[in-house]
Amino acid sequence: MNSFNSIIKKDWGRIIALLSNYLHDLDLAEDAMQDALESALIHWRKNGIPKNPQAWLLTTAKHKALDKIRRARNFESKKKDYLRLLQLNESNNKEDFFIADERLRLIFTCCHPALAKSTSVALTLRLLGGLTTQEIASAYLVSAQTMAQRIVRGKRKIKKAGISYVLPEKDNFQLRLGRVLTVIYLIFNEGYCAANNTKLIRQSLCVEAIRLGTILLNLCPQESEVKGLLSLLLLHDSRVKARFNSQGDFISLEKQDRSLWNKLQIKQGAELLKSALGQKSIGSYQIQAAISALHCQASSFKKTDWHQIVLLYEELLKITPSSIIKLNQLMAKSHIAPAQDVLKELNELEEQLLKYHPFYVAKAELLVTLKKPDEAYRQIKKALRLCQNSTIKSHLESKLKLFYSGIE
Amino acid sequence: MKYMALIYSAENAGPQYGTPEFKQMLADYHSVTELFEKDGVLISGDGLQDVNTATTISVRNGKTETIDGPFAETKEQLGGYYLFDCDNLDQVLKYAAMIPTVKYGRVEVRPLMEY
Repeated sequence: MNSFNSIIKKDWGRIIALLSNYLHDLDLAEDAMQDALESALIHWRKNGIPKNPQAWLLTTAKHKALDKIRRARNFESKKKDYLRLLQLNESNNKEDFFIADERLRLIFTCCHPALAKSTSVALTLRLLGGLTTQEIASAYLVSAQTMAQRIVRGKRKIKKAGISYVLPEKDNFQLRLGRVLTVIYLIFNEGYCAANNTKLIRQSLCVEAIRLGTILLNLCPQESEVKGLLSLLLLHDSRVKARFNSQGDFISLEKQDRSLWNKLQIKQGAELLKSALGQKSIGSYQIQAAISALHCQASSFKKTDWHQIVLLYEELLKITPSSIIKLNQLMAKSHIAPAQDVLKELNELEEQLLKYHPFYVAKAELLVTLKKPDEAYRQIKKALRLCQNSTIKSHLESKLKLFYSGIE
Repeated sequence: MKYMALIYSAENAGPQYGTPEFKQMLADYHSVTELFEKDGVLISGDGLQDVNTATTISVRNGKTETIDGPFAETKEQLGGYYLFDCDNLDQVLKYAAMIPTVKYGRVEVRPLMEY
């Protein structure tokens, strides 16, 4: 039943969104959808896939939900709701064949700032992405039980705290959209930073984030930062094949085989970025995408337009002042400015970045340029103590070996 | 839905009693309370005397224990509350953000249990 699975994956979020809108209850919506899928498995096997499987699933799920409410222990107190739903059901049964898209409300509900970001990530993947709880748990390296609890608690908070299933008001829209973008970016990063020897499902989070970004852009096509984010994700992801060798070792940008980069995806990312920048409403995702685009479009590491990248980081720092962004800017600067000067600026960041391992890697690289391998060695050692990612760790260890043999 | 907005702040945070800033804060409280009333979302609301006036009691095995002071000695203490009736969380958060103390303290918003 491959077509069955693909229909479900594709339409899950859409149907859940409609059910949530109708039932005002995410939990009930999800349960009803699950029941409808079970029915579908039986009926579709026997009679074939219906002409409009989405409408079939939606109608069946609605009936399942009504059944569930009727059978509930506290039916008496829910009777009013039930009658309202029954009436609603009869009045728009005809419209069911046209499946409206209510996913934007669902996205904003899942990514409400009153929920913890980790909860929003889980709810978004489950309710919009259609990933199973088990899949999400494996991707985040926690037990299925832990993930199930996180999802249940999230849905409970939505219901009990009165997080309503509506679009944010106009004056609040940009702020709330920002939160949605953060959640999608977090999903992408989890996959992007995953060690290569971990389960494939972790890396599929990148694909999932791109899919969610695409859905979001379809729902709000005028938002330049949505374009910016999607562009950034496409550009980052275009390099995925070159980031690891066949043994699973991490390869830094400088050493990557650029012929392995996904040209089509780079083109898509660059086009989206161009369209976003044309709207003249700049934001941090657009700037990050612009930086990524300059890397992707350089024919070699040496030929990268570092001047432009340093300027873009300056713009980014104006929007989001952060020591980590400053560090990245200095690393770009090190390709066009004397290492001694960059090192001086870098040292000023030490206090804020004491526990951030890339700081010591950056410092080591500058010290190597300044022909101080002993000091560089000590910095890499510090980085190793702080780094949690096993792939990056072995990458750093191989750097250490290089210092030993005196090649670098 | 009914929501309780619990207003917390540290004793030495924000304007101090007797200063013009304190007067301004009282005036701000007065005007937001009026707005809450006008918008029909206010059920009730009050400030509390400071924590030095608190008494905490518990009853164990029928015996009442009385302690001088608040339930928990924390830096930020409950200083007042509003009880709102709002359509949803977004609406109540919008009003809670107008409470003058949010600028230097914190406001915790909790839905009331429904029976």
